[in-house]
Amino acid sequence: MTAPFTRPKRKNPVLRTRLPLPPPGARSRAALGLSAAAAMGKFKLQVCEACRCVQYPPREACGSCLSPRLRWREQDGFGELLADTQVHLSQEPYFRERAPWRIGMVRLDAGPTVIVHLHSACGPAPCRVRVGARLDKAGQGVLIGFPVDEVANMADDRQLREMTCDPKFRKVLITDGKTAVGQALARTIIAAGADLVWVGQAEPWKRSAGLEALSALPQVAIVPLDLTDSSSVVEAAGSIGGRVDILINNAEVHRTYGISARNGTDAARLEMDVNYFGLLRLAQGFGPAMRGRAADGAAGATAWVNLLSIYALSNFPPHGTFSASKAAALSLSQALRAEMRGSGIRVINVFPGPIDDEWNQPLPPPKLAAEALAKSVVSALKDGVEDVYPGDVAQEWLARWEENPKVLERELTA
Amino acid sequence: MAADSLVLLAADLAGGRVRVVDLTHTLSPDFPPIVLPPECGQSWPFRQEEISRYDDRGSGWYWNNFSCGEHTGTHFDAPAHWISGRDLPNGTTDTVPVQNLIGPACVIDCSAESAADADFLLTVEFLERWEARHGRIPTRAWVLMRTDWSKRTDPVAYQNLDETGQHTPGPSSEAVRFLVQERDVMGFGTETIGTDAGQAIHLKPPHPCHYYMHGAGRYGLQCLTNLDQLPPTGAIIICPPLKMLKGSGSPLRVLALVPG
Repeated sequence: MTAPFTRPKRKNPVLRTRLPLPPPGARSRAALGLSAAAAMGKFKLQVCEACRCVQYPPREACGSCLSPRLRWREQDGFGELLADTQVHLSQEPYFRERAPWRIGMVRLDAGPTVIVHLHSACGPAPCRVRVGARLDKAGQGVLIGFPVDEVANMADDRQLREMTCDPKFRKVLITDGKTAVGQALARTIIAAGADLVWVGQAEPWKRSAGLEALSALPQVAIVPLDLTDSSSVVEAAGSIGGRVDILINNAEVHRTYGISARNGTDAARLEMDVNYFGLLRLAQGFGPAMRGRAADGAAGATAWVNLLSIYALSNFPPHGTFSASKAAALSLSQALRAEMRGSGIRVINVFPGPIDDEWNQPLPPPKLAAEALAKSVVSALKDGVEDVYPGDVAQEWLARWEENPKVLERELTA
Repeated sequence: MAADSLVLLAADLAGGRVRVVDLTHTLSPDFPPIVLPPECGQSWPFRQEEISRYDDRGSGWYWNNFSCGEHTGTHFDAPAHWISGRDLPNGTTDTVPVQNLIGPACVIDCSAESAADADFLLTVEFLERWEARHGRIPTRAWVLMRTDWSKRTDPVAYQNLDETGQHTPGPSSEAVRFLVQERDVMGFGTETIGTDAGQAIHLKPPHPCHYYMHGAGRYGLQCLTNLDQLPPTGAIIICPPLKMLKGSGSPLRVLALVPG
């Protein structure tokens, strides 16, 4: 078993806050395939289309037959731990600060031998392990050797916690507490061990029974926050921005119009104002303080979650302006990712299909329940993935989009 | 003669014998706008975005862009705001005759009644009782309904919404017709969001103050404050809206001249 992660001591305010230093992040273009898969929670290696040889490290041509036809394919990761050791001295500042660091060498059943970060519950060598891929603080895919069978407190491994964004003992901001999704997020993340959850409240004169019930929880605090109002975002960031470890931006406006079903730009503009400009205001308000606290102890600032939509990938014309606003938000989130990357703050994008709310009332099932969406967000934090497609509809759209985005566009605009 | 009265006014203003009272709320992002069902078109609340503040965006100066609907904060309703006033001449903010924007004010104190009943409706009988004490409402006067609603600084209490909508005081249908037809008033002003009561959609006709006032080419003033500083009669108000092309209304600064 792994020693459980216990509540970190309060920070000593006399000492300088440690600067976030990323681990080595340089990768070849070929190697980014491993990162791209890990970003979606998958362990993939290149497999030669000609001779079936599995490749490691990633490369341009098959190490066995020199064929350039290499395809990224998901791996089960089972293998034999051949050797393990602790690194006590490293030239890399990131690892020096975190020594000792356990690593191992694993011969995968699929063929290649790989170097892995080794989970504390593994080994010693020789023994069976299962290799998985995760994103490290540089946002790059790395391999981790896990025990084959689940052990107690597996997620609490010190090295693994560097790759994940576990909400345990962390302080969370949920930008809109009035929606069912916001309330489910708050309850789910509290159940996952979050210390404190701020929930944003815009337009307080529009009462929300769900928010009033939520505010009775001891971990919940309501914070005035209206993403359409720059001064509100600045004030919230000034009040709590230096304390937020996980920011979940679930505030969204969803109106169900295409182009010609609604005259004028008011509804589309409101969607943009919240879904796109709201994210921009939040990023300018909360981004700097979060970046500064990305190495602030064992439960410092760690993740930024955006609630997007599967319609961000390809426009769903009946909800055309909403789709456009989510596509804009997706694009901006990529810029946010780039600006957050150096600090190690993970930007997680969530792409649900239709959520079971009043704006999707006319759509037939399946629709994603708020609780299911909340669970997928917490799982993403615990697994440290970057892109989440919760629910059957999102998975199906994603598969169609990955196969051929132009064909999906034609299907949706038929 | 007229020149003399202006000279006198200037002297009285300088000497404090005529006070200027601001009947205007500060335009701020927190000031609540009118609430409509979310599928309806929405009036933008007041928003401010910095252009620069003595910084890299403009080193020596501070200024903002702002945005809001025509009916935001303390604001003016022009006749064209309502369907009943749609075909009237001079019914928009750019064409309103400017002499209509300065005039005597009659302040009807309904503060006790509004405190007792948020859905209080100002009736003809109430107006007649007021006239018995303060004299007949003169032609072309502005009638201001004092409810002390502006003292509700908590936006939740100011909006006063429940599951059946907004609960704020306003005039009855008969009272509005009386003011327009029997007293020929220039306009009607309130401290609440709307010249009509919060539940006025259930009156006959719905929103009678909007319907009859604007149908007769008269004006509305909403979200006023400091009405408790005005005498029942004797004040003059100044309420020019922004001269926006074909505007249906406008945020504005409303001033009252009060014998000091």
